[in-house]
Amino acid sequence: MTAAPNTVRITYREAMRQALREALQRDPRVFLMGEDVGRYGGCFAVSKGLLDEFGPERIRDTPLSESAFVGAGIGAAMGGMRPIVEIMTVNFSLLALDQIVNNAAAILYMSGGQFNIPLVIRMTTGAGRQLAAQHSHSLEGWFAHIPGLRILAPATLADARGMLWTALQDPDPVLIFENGALYNMEGELAADAGAVDIDRAAIRRAGTDVSLIAYGGSLGKALEAAEALAAAGVNAEVVDLRTLRPLDSATIIDSVTRTHRAAIIDEGWRSGSLAAEISARILESAFYELDAPVARVCGAEAPMPYAKHLEDAATPQPAAIVDAVRGMMAERG
Amino acid sequence: MTPPGKEPRRVDRDRVAAAPATAAAPERQHALNLMREMLRIRRFEEKCAELYSAAKIRGFLHLYIGEEAVAVGAIQPLESDDAIVATYREHGHALVRGISAASIMAELYGKREGCSRGRGGSMHIFDAATRFYGGNAIVGGGLPLAVGLALADKMNRRPRVTACFFGEGAVAEGEFHESMNLAALWKLPVAFFCENNLYAMGTALKRSESETDLCLKASSYEIPAWPADGMDVLACEDAARRALLAVRAGDGPCFVEFRTYRFRAHSMYDPQLYRAKEEVEEWKKRDPLVIFEAFLRERSLFDDDDLKRLEEEVGAELAQAVEFAEAGTWEPAAELTRFVYSERAGG
Repeated sequence: MTAAPNTVRITYREAMRQALREALQRDPRVFLMGEDVGRYGGCFAVSKGLLDEFGPERIRDTPLSESAFVGAGIGAAMGGMRPIVEIMTVNFSLLALDQIVNNAAAILYMSGGQFNIPLVIRMTTGAGRQLAAQHSHSLEGWFAHIPGLRILAPATLADARGMLWTALQDPDPVLIFENGALYNMEGELAADAGAVDIDRAAIRRAGTDVSLIAYGGSLGKALEAAEALAAAGVNAEVVDLRTLRPLDSATIIDSVTRTHRAAIIDEGWRSGSLAAEISARILESAFYELDAPVARVCGAEAPMPYAKHLEDAATPQPAAIVDAVRGMMAERG
Repeated sequence: MTPPGKEPRRVDRDRVAAAPATAAAPERQHALNLMREMLRIRRFEEKCAELYSAAKIRGFLHLYIGEEAVAVGAIQPLESDDAIVATYREHGHALVRGISAASIMAELYGKREGCSRGRGGSMHIFDAATRFYGGNAIVGGGLPLAVGLALADKMNRRPRVTACFFGEGAVAEGEFHESMNLAALWKLPVAFFCENNLYAMGTALKRSESETDLCLKASSYEIPAWPADGMDVLACEDAARRALLAVRAGDGPCFVEFRTYRFRAHSMYDPQLYRAKEEVEEWKKRDPLVIFEAFLRERSLFDDDDLKRLEEEVGAELAQAVEFAEAGTWEPAAELTRFVYSERAGG
């Protein structure tokens, strides 16, 4: 690198839109389908303007039929297309769970390797917008349970811009979970930003005393907590999982092996969560490296409430992360 | 809400096309072929029942005996590059489509030489070479796949059709209604072939549907729909041919209700408490093989020699299939997780 690349000021939403536009421009097999992706411009305005540019064949409004249009995406993928199916929120994806679990994830295996499903499904996940219990959950951990799927959680502008194209090159189904609270996140992105890997977790902040392991909407909170901890003399490392399945265990274990402490931040419910899986992997592979028990900062075990103060209390916040880490540091004795 | 001055529209029963008149006698060669195909399925399924009792085949096994005329008739007008989406009662469709009896039998044995490498079994027969997309064992779950396959064809301007088979039980599923709507809305080349054998496992149609006229349901989505006598192979073929002609013309999907009957239990675990023996016997009088044979004999298109020769040919194919399955190998357990994900070049 001879010079810092030129950057542009951009939001997460615009970065996603750029990714969609690039995919539609580069590959004639790519099309976008979902509820209100066309004329309305996308429930969260991600696909705004794309209908004018690419027409109704490729920016395809669907009826409110999650199971049929997700299944149609699977069929179209088997028919040689590269569909991007948008589901408005993760809660609505439950209406298409049959197609995702019984077909998308299983057909390659059931057919003895004959039919792969090169399908990308995007959906909004997470709380923070006072949308209550049917629009705000973080169910990506459920999907990460399922063999046959790849699960992505872009938490940065570069990943919002770069994961889609790589996902489209994957021969198998990829689900991209976009945390709704991130759409308005604004920052600098390299003007020539493009495809990124979808295999590895990333160290977003190097540290020596504790590993904060986060993803999606919790990454920013972990980084905020790390700054607060730094002021208190604790140097936290922040790991962004990026890909929730398959998990990049090596990066997680390597980080914990260096810092000897781990706190996992997961907006999903604690019981049976992704945080539980990561905790188990740390115990399996780095038990003797630990100076304190693994801590988890998870979503409260309740349906998401509407009232702002309750919603805040139900989701991991920087203060709770700081508290959890302080508790671990005290273990030192 | 109904706009002022407009009555709510009722679906007009007359819009459901009438069943075609009895078809003309077929050419002898074609007639023999139809007879052979139905016999292949019948003998294959009987052998499966026997092998199930011998514990060579396990899991769920759903036999197609009694319904042979539907698959044989409906698949005749398909071209080689058309697609089929079928159900868990799909051995017959797979045989007629041209998947070898040997590779199907090996699949039922769970052998690596099976068409799905022993990963699918009876309910999940897949074959890329003949564009056979399962073997779907979630009732109604195959319909959205058919819609998507047809969407890909339409977007690529490929003149292909996807034939989607499903039972009348699927009509109660949301996926049926969502798929009918989507296929009609987007004018997709899907032939919806409903195999109405009157029972969703043990639940009779009239015990599960407020409206039992299935064509009316399809018709309410602006899809041309008509019933066919599912015990008459010529009627099945004729109905399917008409449907495929309409679909190929680019007017969107068609729906055919094949009225048929399953002679055997739903699966091998079914004591059939939900229907009377007399009812089964009544339907057996319309056994598709028996009535077609009688039809041909009346017209001097078929005789004892033909029957003997067909039985011998079918028997030989079946014996070879069983031999192939017996000789097949077990996939090493070390390969258990192969094909969870695609195998990448160089990786």
